[in-house]
Amino acid sequence: MSILVGSDTRLVVQGITGREGEFHTRASIAYGTKVVAGTRPGKGGQTAIDGTVPIFDTVAEAVSKGGANTSVIFIPASGAPDAILEAVDAGIATIICITEGIPALDMIPVVEAVRRAGARLIGPNCPGVTSPGRAKVGIIPASIHAAGRVGVVSRSGTLTYEAVQAMTDAGIGQSTCVGIGGDPIIGTTFLDVLKLFRDDPETEAIVMIGEIGGSAEEEAAAFAAEHLKGVPMAAFIAGRTAPPGRRMGHAGAIISGGSGTAAEKIAALEAAGVRVADSPTQLPRLLIEAGYRP
Amino acid sequence: MKIQEADAKSLMLAQGLPVPQWKVARTPAEVEAAARRFLDAGADRVVVKAQVLVGGRGKAGGVKLAGTPAEAAAIGAQILGMDIKGITVRKVLVAAAADIVKEYYLGAIIDRAGRRITLMASAEGGVEIEEVARQNPGAIHRVSADPLLGLLAFQARTLGLAIGLRDPLLNPFVAIAEGLYATMKANDADLVEVNPLAVVAETAADGSKTQRLVCLDAKITLDDSGLQRHPELEKLRDLDEEDATDAEARRLGINFIHLDGTIGCMVNGAGLAMTTMDLVKHYGGEPANFLDVGGGARHETVCGAMELILADPHVNAILVNIFGGITRGDEVAEGLIEARAEQSRDVPMVVRIVGTNAAEAARLLQEAHFETATSLDEAAEKAVTLSKGAAR
Repeated sequence: MSILVGSDTRLVVQGITGREGEFHTRASIAYGTKVVAGTRPGKGGQTAIDGTVPIFDTVAEAVSKGGANTSVIFIPASGAPDAILEAVDAGIATIICITEGIPALDMIPVVEAVRRAGARLIGPNCPGVTSPGRAKVGIIPASIHAAGRVGVVSRSGTLTYEAVQAMTDAGIGQSTCVGIGGDPIIGTTFLDVLKLFRDDPETEAIVMIGEIGGSAEEEAAAFAAEHLKGVPMAAFIAGRTAPPGRRMGHAGAIISGGSGTAAEKIAALEAAGVRVADSPTQLPRLLIEAGYRP
Repeated sequence: MKIQEADAKSLMLAQGLPVPQWKVARTPAEVEAAARRFLDAGADRVVVKAQVLVGGRGKAGGVKLAGTPAEAAAIGAQILGMDIKGITVRKVLVAAAADIVKEYYLGAIIDRAGRRITLMASAEGGVEIEEVARQNPGAIHRVSADPLLGLLAFQARTLGLAIGLRDPLLNPFVAIAEGLYATMKANDADLVEVNPLAVVAETAADGSKTQRLVCLDAKITLDDSGLQRHPELEKLRDLDEEDATDAEARRLGINFIHLDGTIGCMVNGAGLAMTTMDLVKHYGGEPANFLDVGGGARHETVCGAMELILADPHVNAILVNIFGGITRGDEVAEGLIEARAEQSRDVPMVVRIVGTNAAEAARLLQEAHFETATSLDEAAEKAVTLSKGAAR
């Protein structure tokens, strides 16, 4: 198994004809992901990716005619909330939104609609999800992965690549790597992903990569203390040196009113028995110290 | 994006909130004229408030009362030009001093964990809400707006009752809470705060006394991601309070935050950029900036970013850390080579490029005799050594 994406994934790419959409669809297909459809309203009936992927006008058709069960969104911020809602309406179970720069207030009703429909949204502003050896959805470079038994969850993009590369270099493969996104309002939190990893028989250890801002890492730590006893865990928190009150690139990465600091998050994680690395390159060693046997 | 109190008040007024009149003044003469207007209209005194985007203006002496136009001018002369936490005061707000009976706090924020807009209110107004949260968290009451229906009147009423408001102030409070929510939605704000929301005593023309709720202060933070659809709000950006490099970073489409150290950093991705700063610190150095060149940076961006870093005279070493995904390592390397040929001064640099097209990048950098590093830790350590060497 694995979580969120895997051998059963039948992917529709919303925005397949755009520059990013096309580029990353090619990479997903090359990795072995089943891409069954793309959408581009008004271009239904045409094909993308050298004639290999049918284009539909709507996500509903991608589901009814292409059998899609998962969607990835490469649509600009102004249209992305609508794209998510269209996927929900079409009955897509797992929606992965790569788009950056969606206003937070747009996401509040969208996340609620996703929740009420019982669907799952990853992101927005996320690099996607890879289950090594099975499926790759999003923009994470294929080369960094190795198949294995460690689940990785992160709020960041390139920092995730850094951590995953360090694990692969150390001979530690991954079950699934999930980029949950750097925005303040996201569909799936650390906590949600930890629950999925706990229930996945193939995930035996967990790496969590957080950053300053909000309190999602603290909530995840509380869950880990109670429900992940005996599961080897290691974490890294970015932003120890970030000044308060400034938005550090990610809309969600801001220390406000003295809360959301790296120190608080590290303290909460360590109190929960999670080892916290000073550098992402230390993560493999900490996992082994926590009892993981690669 | 933070905006000034006076601009925040304008946005609240546009949503029908009760905000007493004010004037913005940039010179002591303008302060005097504004004060005269309010005093002639019947005010006993006027308040003069520094307009800066940092907190703690009152404690810093940036908020004062005056009883005459001349006194207001003198206070204006004192506050204008004053330095508050590194910011020079260039304008003040002048308003009639209210006869305050009681102060409350009311704020609307985005609750990330609940994924809703939450309104917070407290009967302990006029002091820093963070302080109340620490000392007496029970004094802060909250309601969360429905994510689909918005803030409902009964929720606003519940909040008003919780902080002790009763007839005839309860309904006005409900209208204010709804107005705060509307201000947030209309402007894509992250935060809308009134502190104090005050009950003030007013004397009508016939001499009768009345009490009403008014917004005496206003604080709004706008969601940067929402600015694109609010071009009118972009004009509220206070360029006076920006670092000289902020506008250039915006033009280049990169995230840049100036810090006080000596090691300039250029990184792709926000999380990795923070991590790079953290490691510089970990190995005994001080980062001079946070700089995320974003995804898919080409050489124009790289050259521009390099100029921004070098514009800081304290920078004596540079660390470039690129993990190529969307970004292609060879394009960054080409940009670095071009930037070095054009750059205004020579600063030692260590470059680490991994991921997409890293091999081509390595070849280009080697031919151009760049100092390179393989791992993130090695790069950070080398940069710290270079910086310490340059400082000697």
